[in-house]
Amino acid sequence: MSRKDPGPKADRRRFLTGVVAAGAATAMAPVRSADVVAQAPRAPSALPPSGKAAEAETGTPRELARVKGIPGSDFMVDVIKTLDIKYLPANCASSYRAIHESLINYGGNKMPEFLTCMHEESAVGMAHGYFKVAGKPLMTLCHGTVGLQHATMGIYNAWCDRVPVIVVGGNDMDAATRPPGVPTFHSAQDINALVRDFTKWDDTPVSLQHFSQSFVRAYKIAMTPPYGPVMISLDAGLQQEPMKNHGGEKPYIPRYVPTAPPQGDSGAVKEAARLLAAAQNPVIVADRAARTANGMKLLVQLAETLQARVIDQGGRMNFPRTHYLSAPPTAVGNADVIIGLELSDFWATVNSYTDNGMNEGIGTNSTRIKRDTKLISISSVELNTKANYQDFQRFQVIDVQMAGDAEATLPALVEAVKAAIPNDRKAAIEKRGEAARKAYAEGMARTREAAAVAWNASPISTARMCMEVYAAVKDLDWSLVASEGNVSNWPNRLWPLEKYHHWLGRSGGYGVGYGAPASVGAALANRDLGRFSVSIQSDGDLMYAPGVLWTAAKHKIPLLSVMHNNRGYHQEVMHVQRLSNFRNRVANLGGDMGPVGTSIQNPDVEYHKLAESMGWWAKGPIKDPAQLGAALREAVKVVQSGQPALLNVWTQPR
Amino acid sequence: MKMNVILSSIRNCAKNLLLVSGLLFAPLALAAGSAEKGKTAFVKHGCWQCHGFVGQGGVTGPKLAPNPIPPEAFSAFVRFSAGGMPPYLKAILSDDDLADIHAYLQSQPKAPDYKSIPLLNP
Repeated sequence: MSRKDPGPKADRRRFLTGVVAAGAATAMAPVRSADVVAQAPRAPSALPPSGKAAEAETGTPRELARVKGIPGSDFMVDVIKTLDIKYLPANCASSYRAIHESLINYGGNKMPEFLTCMHEESAVGMAHGYFKVAGKPLMTLCHGTVGLQHATMGIYNAWCDRVPVIVVGGNDMDAATRPPGVPTFHSAQDINALVRDFTKWDDTPVSLQHFSQSFVRAYKIAMTPPYGPVMISLDAGLQQEPMKNHGGEKPYIPRYVPTAPPQGDSGAVKEAARLLAAAQNPVIVADRAARTANGMKLLVQLAETLQARVIDQGGRMNFPRTHYLSAPPTAVGNADVIIGLELSDFWATVNSYTDNGMNEGIGTNSTRIKRDTKLISISSVELNTKANYQDFQRFQVIDVQMAGDAEATLPALVEAVKAAIPNDRKAAIEKRGEAARKAYAEGMARTREAAAVAWNASPISTARMCMEVYAAVKDLDWSLVASEGNVSNWPNRLWPLEKYHHWLGRSGGYGVGYGAPASVGAALANRDLGRFSVSIQSDGDLMYAPGVLWTAAKHKIPLLSVMHNNRGYHQEVMHVQRLSNFRNRVANLGGDMGPVGTSIQNPDVEYHKLAESMGWWAKGPIKDPAQLGAALREAVKVVQSGQPALLNVWTQPR
Repeated sequence: MKMNVILSSIRNCAKNLLLVSGLLFAPLALAAGSAEKGKTAFVKHGCWQCHGFVGQGGVTGPKLAPNPIPPEAFSAFVRFSAGGMPPYLKAILSDDDLADIHAYLQSQPKAPDYKSIPLLNP
């Protein structure tokens, strides 16, 4: 695709020619093609330079051809600054060099501040984690081809987790004039095609006016529930060319006005309220229901109005774990009405799948609920379903289904439920609450009893590790920014998660490598709010892109990272073991603990040394549970001083 | 019919018969095992992957120890499981190893009372 107006007076092509020529002049004199043909074999570099080369190395380069007027990328920075984007985590790349230069020089490297990242996936992951604390999106820049290819897994996680990230990919589109070689390898017709299946919207602006509209539109779409990542392809030429008037006027910057989130249909809300009010045992299931702290309050109101138990699936912090109505997933079994709020998988909420090799290897399905249980759903994702990637999960028949945002619909639903409860039901509903209190207390006792088993084991049990971590941070305004690698859900089961920032959910798409960058991004947001960030960091996750540790140290982002170092990809270990058993073959361990290809041992990774090498305070490996508490207290002090700290803890598998 | 379907059917039948009558099959008795050997077998056969190194359990597998289920029930479950745990037939887990694993689980000390652990009573 070519731009309509290449801007020939002081165009970037001449500018590029000047750069190439000047660059060469600093090293050696420009060479004509005829010279290349006639060139003698190159002399060894140890020989003294020729007179010509010496002159080129010491002489003053000639004046560069300058771009006249305001660079287009300066205007782009003006646009970006209207949207209050605080940080820009990115890995540098020549295809966006013009806007990079404008951001740090013209824009003063503030709003947004450039954060040096070592992998594009890390940059997107940081933006992902940041949003979950700050509620504001970040943007990232990348090479539109190779950089975007690195970024894709992070973008897919953000898509599945309904998190807005503004991804801008540099791309030199004019094939006739772009530099040959590497820049052309790094160009494509349509870079956005790579992520179109898992972004909400994308565009390729061809003028600065187009850019300002695209960027504000992208922000607006990303920030309208269901949230999601957006993509803009940014032509290198458009960045570098001077700003031109459009119809005699300078390009304008559209004002950003947030779009109100979609609400469930009023008739459907009334019908849902009627079913819930009449239910003997209603159950609420929430996954990404609470977009804000207010969402939690609304969910508590609904639950208490109905005295209905709440299963928090943990996509977000939806419901306080200390509330007596908090319930385990099995609570759906006795329900006669279930309302699902922003569930990523309604089918698996009410059904189970067992990977037992039966039915010619495809496993068995069974229901978790009673035959006549009525199902209600409120989900904004119904408005944004795409075809290719299967994040919409299996199809589930729902009795009352609302395409709308749960948090935005809850005020109307709470009022409708209050109005629908007849006076003669109120005593029965109160009694339901008493039963829930008893079930909650008994459940907590069973959970603590289970946590006590293997309390003194080495490697350290995940329950012990989690409770040692909680003891070290409980008196602070803490935020568990990530819990990756399956620690048997102990934080969710035992920590008093009560505030919205106590739990940030998971990756969304289960793409491994989310935990480390999302923790750093969330810790950045918490730093600005004066909160203490702690993450439970799995080994396999960290090894995808450990360079984010350096980014945290470089930008002074305090974070306590406690390694759940179980020395394996335990999500995968059992898959291979299971298939070995189904085929009646002994699993080949290859000298490790898990089947070949699933262990991270021999050699063991020394994560504390890895972190130290990148500027972190670190300690480990800690294998004795008796030593963990003191090490944690030491690490907490380090983090409170403003540094990141990592403890390498050897743990049980789950 | 594929072999795995046949095996599945055999396992299902066996499991159902065991569960329903408990009498049609002779008890799957295990010889007395060695706890020390069982510790090695527990890792070698991948039991630790879901149940932890001392059989404490977690979200991926139930607690096995302390106080494992009786040897006969243990053996029947391991051989004929049709749930989340894949069955271990004799070709991949011998009766001797199974007995050793049970002995290892039986050797695990009683867990402390959670009420005595300050961190579990914040």
